[in-house]
Amino acid sequence: MAPAPSPPLREYTDGSTAIVRGALDAGCNFFAGYPITPASPILMMMMRELPRVGGVAVQGEDEIASIGMCIGAVMAGARALTATSGPGLSLYSENLGLAVMGEVPLVVVDVQRLGPATGGATTVGQGDVQFVRWGTSGGYPIIALAPSSIPDCYHLTMRAFDLAERFRCPVFLLTDKELNMTMNTVAVADYAPAEVRPRPAPAAPGAPYRYTPADRVPPLRHYGGDETVRFTGSSHDEHAFITKHPATVDALNRHLAAKIDEHRDEIDLTEADLEPGAATLVVSYGVTAGAVREAVRRARREGRRLSSLVLKTLWPVPEDALRVAAAGVKQVLVPELNLGQYRLEVERLLPGSRVVGLNRIDGEMITPEQVLAAAR
Amino acid sequence: MTTTITPLATYRNDLPYPFCPGCGHSPILDALNAALVRRGTDPAKVVIVSDIGCSGLSDQYFVTSAFHGLHGRSITYATGIKLARPDLDVVVVMGDGGTGIGGAHLLNAARRNIGITVLVFNNFNFGMTGGQHSTTTPAGAFTSTTPTGNLERPLDICATVAVNGAGYVWRGTSFDEDLPERIAEGMDARGFALLDIWELCTAYFVRANKFTRRAIQTTLDDLGYASGVIQRRPELPEYAAAYRAASRPGRPALGPFPIPVTQAASLDRRFSLLVAGSAGGRVRSGVRLAAQAAIRSGLYAAQADDYPITVRTGHSVSTLVLSPEPLDFAGMDLPDSVVVLSDDGLGKARPYLPRLDPVATVLALPEVADLPTPARVVVLDPASAGTRLAKADLGLAAAAAAVEFLGLFPTAALIEAAADGGRYAEELGKVVAAGLAMGAAAR
Repeated sequence: MAPAPSPPLREYTDGSTAIVRGALDAGCNFFAGYPITPASPILMMMMRELPRVGGVAVQGEDEIASIGMCIGAVMAGARALTATSGPGLSLYSENLGLAVMGEVPLVVVDVQRLGPATGGATTVGQGDVQFVRWGTSGGYPIIALAPSSIPDCYHLTMRAFDLAERFRCPVFLLTDKELNMTMNTVAVADYAPAEVRPRPAPAAPGAPYRYTPADRVPPLRHYGGDETVRFTGSSHDEHAFITKHPATVDALNRHLAAKIDEHRDEIDLTEADLEPGAATLVVSYGVTAGAVREAVRRARREGRRLSSLVLKTLWPVPEDALRVAAAGVKQVLVPELNLGQYRLEVERLLPGSRVVGLNRIDGEMITPEQVLAAAR
Repeated sequence: MTTTITPLATYRNDLPYPFCPGCGHSPILDALNAALVRRGTDPAKVVIVSDIGCSGLSDQYFVTSAFHGLHGRSITYATGIKLARPDLDVVVVMGDGGTGIGGAHLLNAARRNIGITVLVFNNFNFGMTGGQHSTTTPAGAFTSTTPTGNLERPLDICATVAVNGAGYVWRGTSFDEDLPERIAEGMDARGFALLDIWELCTAYFVRANKFTRRAIQTTLDDLGYASGVIQRRPELPEYAAAYRAASRPGRPALGPFPIPVTQAASLDRRFSLLVAGSAGGRVRSGVRLAAQAAIRSGLYAAQADDYPITVRTGHSVSTLVLSPEPLDFAGMDLPDSVVVLSDDGLGKARPYLPRLDPVATVLALPEVADLPTPARVVVLDPASAGTRLAKADLGLAAAAAAVEFLGLFPTAALIEAAADGGRYAEELGKVVAAGLAMGAAAR
């Protein structure tokens, strides 16, 4: 008799660890952060691990210094990560703008907790969804990814580095307390690393912000090579000299938006589990998507039809995937641990459709039972 | 083969300075240029980091690399550059405005002794935004925001960074002939170098206060501030070098740490167990070991912990969820079973107790066994453990007792998981055995 196939190897781990593993596998070699619950485990692991692999990790004097050090390090050739939670993200705001304007590839983890101000430091929330999108002055786009499981934390961290490098912009990894700190059982095989793309040949000497109209992304040239490099957070020409020349300024500001908007096909990532004839489509992201997957499983066990679209890219909004998934359903349910921040985007995309929220802001998670009840 | 590098005659480009007539910025930048020429470093290995204000324009007049960032944050960018590339010469150009808003960065860069050189273009007011007062405006001085004279005492930048461990500190003026030598000296110094360079803002401060070159000296004397080289501490370790010297190569300890499946659980449905105790009872690590044992038995396990902001006091509660299926949702609305270990734990378990199913089981230590619940309450008697249980053993012992009493998965998996505990294996094994005995006795 043939032996029974051995079960896949599993481990007991959490999202924080998966993020750090993903960062190291993506070639991250610089980290700066300031202690804050529930992001501190990432800081502590990076402080422990980066020197082992020849990198540098620093605990800054505050969040402003931490993201500032990351931006400086990136311009000196590093691949940098920083991690914080909502209150710390408030202090990142001005330097997020600098990273947008200066076109700095940088990965920022926001481990969301509940409420404004100190709020609930050890309670889950998803209240920073619009904050990461509009978190700095000027209103320019960023990219935000939302892991919905521990393996997602690993894969989307790698992807965040890839997209940051590809588009030279800050990329958010939007997680939460439960995703980062709840231990769960994960198949070891779920951690297959993605390919790390090499950096393209740097921009022409003296023209650090020159890009081709076709690609729109100026290849990064960093300090310490054979050529000098200029960097600026002011309105600038392709040589990084400050300018008020209207046509140059207009082109620059449009470029910052267009380089992301025109490459949505490279950025959009969703997980569609659509069932023909389902009356309800559940659109979810982050930790809430876990409850939705469980709800879908239970519904189908009971012979009920239920469709799910899990958004792994939150910004820019994966508009095509949303429209396709919503075609033919009677209602779209958007469960969120906030008062309906992403529902606004779904409503914007689906005028005339019935879009309903399922919202919880008491520090507890939305349960599969609640999803099933709301989907009726 | 040797390569001969022709030294640059200047590190300036051909753009004229944009500053007001008589402004001190131009002579300071000339002195910086002279210092760079004197040191002869490849311009691609020099980064001038500027921030906001008139001094923030400075980087555009040099052929070196440049970073123009946000108000008062230049020291943070410079620190990141130096940490990533310690071989680069990093020079910060900032004003007294940047010094004030970036005060925390100034203090901490000095304290770390990071090897950057900071030139403070100190003209006692905000020259770009309308002549407002800054942290270095002398008391009594008139600015656009101190119409009756400044009521604040000026910041002694040099004393502040010196007392916090800066490697090199100098104070002088834009008129000093030795300024190029001093800037070069600061760049040569190993650690954090700061030069507080007092100068005239002809647009505002000079006009509002009839301030002159002589008045700079009078102000220095009145305040009793030191000038010249104030501190030289070459013996202090520079941070970027010290960081690398302290780093030890190694393999990251992040896993994966695979858990072999050696036992078979018969649990055929989702089951949640709330273990509610106090800080110091190792509730979380005890439940963690139980979860690892469940995975050894082929189950999926998840664990959410709850504890107050304080660490060594108050409640410590872990929810263990087990299932034969993957746990996409790791939460729990109502536990299937509860373990109560202390009053702290009872406080957190209490909301669930009246709602429990009558067929559910609550396991409780004798002192907290009087519980408001329709569920069956079973007393865990530490005397039945066969050994004296310390407070720190309670979490693991109770988790083991619950596994045994409730028959969640084979207890052999717990014993194996404990044996896998490295240098703690023996201690863990004893506590697991005691817990299993306590659970068996309760039955």
